[in-house]
Amino acid sequence: MKNTQNSLGAYLKKHWKTVVFLVLVLIGIGIADQFVNSFMRRLLNLSAIYTIVALSMNLVNGFTGQFSLGQAGFMAIGAYTVAIFTVPVGLRSTIFYLAPMAPLLANIQLPFVVALILGGFLSAGVAFLIGSPCLRLRGDYLAIATLGFSEIIRIIFTNTQTITNGALGIKSIPTINSLWWTFGIALIVIIACFLLINSSYGRAFKSVREDEIAAEAMGVSLFKTKMTAFLISAFFTGIGGGLYAALLGTVDPKQFYFTLTYNFLLIIVLGGMGSISGTIIASFVVTLGQEALRFLDEPMAFGLDLPIFRPGLRMVVFSFLLMVVVLFYRKGLMGTNELTWNFIINKYRSIKSRFTKKAASAQGGDSK
Amino acid sequence: MSLLRTENVIMQFGGVIAVNDLNIDIKKGELAALIGPNGAGKTTAFNVITGVYTPTSGKVLFSPTDSAGVASEIDISGKRPDKITGLGIARTFQNIRLFSDLSVLENVLIATHLNINYSFLSAMLRMPKARKGEREAKEKCEFLLERMGLIDLKNEKASSLPYGQQRHLEIARALATNPQLLLLDEPAAGMNPQETDELTDLIFKLKTDFDLTIFMIEHHMDLVMEISDHIYVLDFGCTIAKGNPNEIQNDPKVIEAYLGVDEDVED
Repeated sequence: MKNTQNSLGAYLKKHWKTVVFLVLVLIGIGIADQFVNSFMRRLLNLSAIYTIVALSMNLVNGFTGQFSLGQAGFMAIGAYTVAIFTVPVGLRSTIFYLAPMAPLLANIQLPFVVALILGGFLSAGVAFLIGSPCLRLRGDYLAIATLGFSEIIRIIFTNTQTITNGALGIKSIPTINSLWWTFGIALIVIIACFLLINSSYGRAFKSVREDEIAAEAMGVSLFKTKMTAFLISAFFTGIGGGLYAALLGTVDPKQFYFTLTYNFLLIIVLGGMGSISGTIIASFVVTLGQEALRFLDEPMAFGLDLPIFRPGLRMVVFSFLLMVVVLFYRKGLMGTNELTWNFIINKYRSIKSRFTKKAASAQGGDSK
Repeated sequence: MSLLRTENVIMQFGGVIAVNDLNIDIKKGELAALIGPNGAGKTTAFNVITGVYTPTSGKVLFSPTDSAGVASEIDISGKRPDKITGLGIARTFQNIRLFSDLSVLENVLIATHLNINYSFLSAMLRMPKARKGEREAKEKCEFLLERMGLIDLKNEKASSLPYGQQRHLEIARALATNPQLLLLDEPAAGMNPQETDELTDLIFKLKTDFDLTIFMIEHHMDLVMEISDHIYVLDFGCTIAKGNPNEIQNDPKVIEAYLGVDEDVED
């Protein structure tokens, strides 16, 4: 007992900054949960969900170096699981008005958390089935195969009328309103990913990304490693999808077009392939940024009637900003670095020394 | 007794026979060398032994000693490289293949992945077992880095090391897999005479300290002749000579392969 207390004390002493930061984040979420309006609440919730899904995509694409584009499909599985199992039984006949729900499912209602976790496991199960053949492919081929998978999932969901209500989608899903659900789960996912990446498994992921031949020669099983990353990623994406359904209160197949995957691809490229903190930052920047630029879509901005201010300009400007970022930060905002205390201190020092150097050389120039 | 044997191994790529009828027999505790002119099939032979290629025909037989001290012969031809590494064959590469974006310590730590005894769930939750495993792996790798003189550089990026130290790091990484047989593919390539001398000493020390059997490809003849117990000479995929350094140096076929045939003598 004493020993554990000692080690806890030592842990706190070593990581006090991180602990203080986490406590501040929790307090921040608590305050935000009390005071933000419903629009901001929706945005923050969405950012947290995007963080979960983008982070799990980064696990496969950034850390393991496998170009997979199946994110929308895995999200759809999680989202539909939550939708099917949490809609109140009494409302189901009105939702499934074209064709009644399959009798096997019609009377099963699960608590939200159970449905969420079930969605994660179903998503991981499907990932196992498609991963077995697909993960033997490399590069572009894997991307095409996973993209195809995600479209297949969407088309299956459009056509299984008695289970998913087809193209009509499922409405009246009990919604989550508090920020705690999304932010709580996002925090758990972030910490789990962080610990995973800094373990032997995480290093095995990175070794596969760096050099497959050398990794194999060092005893890392390529297939097992890729599969582990793929399954964990699919599990978390499924959970993210479930939260997405519960946030919007409705799911339909059109939400899960492959364009949804590109959102996450954009986030991880922007944040840095292989950086957890970069992904978190980019998730918030992209989600909030797309809304912050919405004023560009409205006519008569700045009091002038300029013809270019019309719906769609927002995305043009956003794409332009992206191009600038990609041009100047080729590896994304964070590259493969993490926003650790050391990173911040080093950055601060290097910026500071740049200024002092300039000042010193300027002084030297004066004296001559 | 022999640790590694190959029986009539043939490796054919389309119409090219890269390795033709290779028969080697490396005894436990021996330091054997594989030499030959460029394109003789030396690296291909290594790739067949380590599972990168499956031989067209023939067998590769490895007799690792298990924890109980019993050696049993296993046919490893056609097994996956990671399985073969797990059995106890580690290698370095001719053109250095480090995980260049990772730190020196991480490079070595990756090689301990095949001995981990905790699941990824335990890693994600940082269970005591995972923490213990991490700590032990780190201690072991730091010991190896200390041994190779790289401990001060452990947090540097592998790609930032000078060439000679990258080669040392590759050896440290190979040692971290707990090998019984270490395959070195041109460990002295690109080194100056002084560095080569140091490497010679190092290889010799590692062999006794880690109880290793070493099989290496090398072009520096001083090094090869000085430390090898047994030498195999390949030319165009065929084994043209085998024996101790003395025999090899005086073998007319070897001299012919390296220096060419004197046409006047032939006439």
